Amino acid sequence: MSAAITSAATTKAHSVVESSSRGKWLAGLLVVAYALITLIPLVWILATSLKSPPDSISYPPKVIFEPSLEGYVNLFTTRSRQTEEYIENLGPAETWYDEIVRKRNMVIVGPSRFVDRYMNSVVIGFGSTFLAVFLGTLAAYGFSRFKVPLKDDLLFFILSTRMMPPIAVAIPIYLMYRELGLSDTALGMILLYTAVNVSLSVWLLKGFMDEIPREYEEAAVVDGYTRLQAFWKVVLPQARAGIAATAIFCLIFAWNEYAFALLLTSGNAQTAPPFIPIIIGEGGLDWPAVAAGTTLFLLPIVFFTVLLRNQLLRGITFGAVRK
Amino acid sequence: MAEIALQAISKSFGSTRAVKDLDLTVRDGEFVVLLGPTGAGKTTTLRLIAGLEKPEAGRVSIDAMDVTETPTSARNVAFVFQQYSLYPHYSVLENLAFPLKAPGQDLSAEEIEARVREIAELLRIDHKLENRATALSGGEMQRVAIGRALVRNPTVFLMDEPLSSLDAKLREDLRVELKRIQRDLGATIVYVTHDQLEAMTLADRIGVLDEGELVQIGDPREVYETPASVYVAQRLGSPQINLLAVGMLDLPSVPPSATTLGVRPEDIVLDQGEGALARVINVEHLGVETVILLELAGQHLHALLGDAASLEEGAEISISVREGAALFFDTNGKRVDLVTASAREEAVYGT
Repeated sequence: MSAAITSAATTKAHSVVESSSRGKWLAGLLVVAYALITLIPLVWILATSLKSPPDSISYPPKVIFEPSLEGYVNLFTTRSRQTEEYIENLGPAETWYDEIVRKRNMVIVGPSRFVDRYMNSVVIGFGSTFLAVFLGTLAAYGFSRFKVPLKDDLLFFILSTRMMPPIAVAIPIYLMYRELGLSDTALGMILLYTAVNVSLSVWLLKGFMDEIPREYEEAAVVDGYTRLQAFWKVVLPQARAGIAATAIFCLIFAWNEYAFALLLTSGNAQTAPPFIPIIIGEGGLDWPAVAAGTTLFLLPIVFFTVLLRNQLLRGITFGAVRK
Repeated sequence: MAEIALQAISKSFGSTRAVKDLDLTVRDGEFVVLLGPTGAGKTTTLRLIAGLEKPEAGRVSIDAMDVTETPTSARNVAFVFQQYSLYPHYSVLENLAFPLKAPGQDLSAEEIEARVREIAELLRIDHKLENRATALSGGEMQRVAIGRALVRNPTVFLMDEPLSSLDAKLREDLRVELKRIQRDLGATIVYVTHDQLEAMTLADRIGVLDEGELVQIGDPREVYETPASVYVAQRLGSPQINLLAVGMLDLPSVPPSATTLGVRPEDIVLDQGEGALARVINVEHLGVETVILLELAGQHLHALLGDAASLEEGAEISISVREGAALFFDTNGKRVDLVTASAREEAVYGT
């Protein structure tokens, strides 16, 4: 009798363990499947960037192909078509990229504007992220610690700036910027992206600041520090994870933003997003060059996300897990 | 000299009056414990002394100087918080050195190092100096917190339930250690707790707070033996004082205005052949002493005995009050004296 009970209990325990490990398997499988589906476009972009122009537009699409750096060369250069005799008279090609270009009866006549556009993206993306996080940190600390008149209304107002798509105000901003002379300037774009991001930054960081016990600052004040020194030495180091997570979110927005960049920049301050999709080759879009530009454009975000992944995870699960 | 004086201090939070018109003087080198339940205004009083809160009315002086308008950082007080007391992003060494690196301290790196080592040895945490603050046990953390208070030679120490988040054994150890440190340094300490044991063992004087008012202050014995009110009587003593209606127990004399009779469990005398009959409900042997739960006319009473003899649950037993130990309270809960001490002796022995 008792043996029967024991064995029944064992079977039950066993099946519980089994079903939970089966659940884990299933969950794992789902995650892997989802990751693969998400990765397909990225892999396709990377693959296209390594194809030759004919391979990139062949039908049916080529999965196996001979890799070439032509897309990257085309991305960084401007070229002109020459006659075969002209190219033969040039003598042997001096570099590997000259050689790639000459196979298509072309010569490199200069650099493309890609590097300028990319640098614009870097300056505007990082500049606006720094400003948004800097302002957001100060505002969040103020909202978290001090009695601010109309605090709830102000916070709601800040949040409400996100309630419409930013592009809804594109035309007023376009007119305003033209009047102010901010059209097509890096400063204009930095201010614009900061304005959009600062609401996210205030709200995210306020959550982090609220989580830092006031006792630390009070302890620092008792220890002989002023309020500002306490903020600098005690609050900021503890808000590091929150600041890093917020910075990544702001950077991703500013880096990827397309609509305003297309509308407000054309010459000087154009960022990479409106530039990359219109790289023209012979007879239409130069798909390998577009893909190469996209690949290089993705790299900084991937780099910073991996670098700050721990903080980012804490930022995303923030509030769900109690210390 | 580091005397603290609070004069008619008041502080409200919204519509709640946390501290009402409070006067308190802490003498140089004195250990004063503020006792009271949650919400009695203990912590607020401490924060007012530190300057972490601003009073609406009244004056705060430290060392005979009016500091009511002085910012916390310039008051040279040390504050030990209940928890969150260490900076988690610093090592133990950096935590201890933090107050010494404050602006205006002007100490060389060697001086700071020497001072930190000295304090660490005093608190027996010198072997953990390189650890991160978060890698310590609860007791070690609180020792470091106390160390950070000591390191700077402040004029006064303010401690807000520094031991309450620790387990019982550690609490006992640190309590003894704290008393030792206070004696060695001759420090002036204001200590907040709701633990009567801490209050009784640590304090030179206990101040009992009730809804923001200081209802009684005196040395522990005095507060225990002659509480000003029912409220104070209930704050000290375990098990709590027994409160009965006057007339439930036979007493030689009762003041005319008394309505409530208070008897400490250790003052109940059992089985003397006379007095009211009570039933034994429960007997708890605690080793040295025994707690007996009694029922008298539908009301529960605790009695504390040195030895349990042969009491059985359900037994009927006569109870009376040790001579002169009864406390009387009027309808407002204020204590009323029987008669003067000499008159009492006459009443007992003279006739």
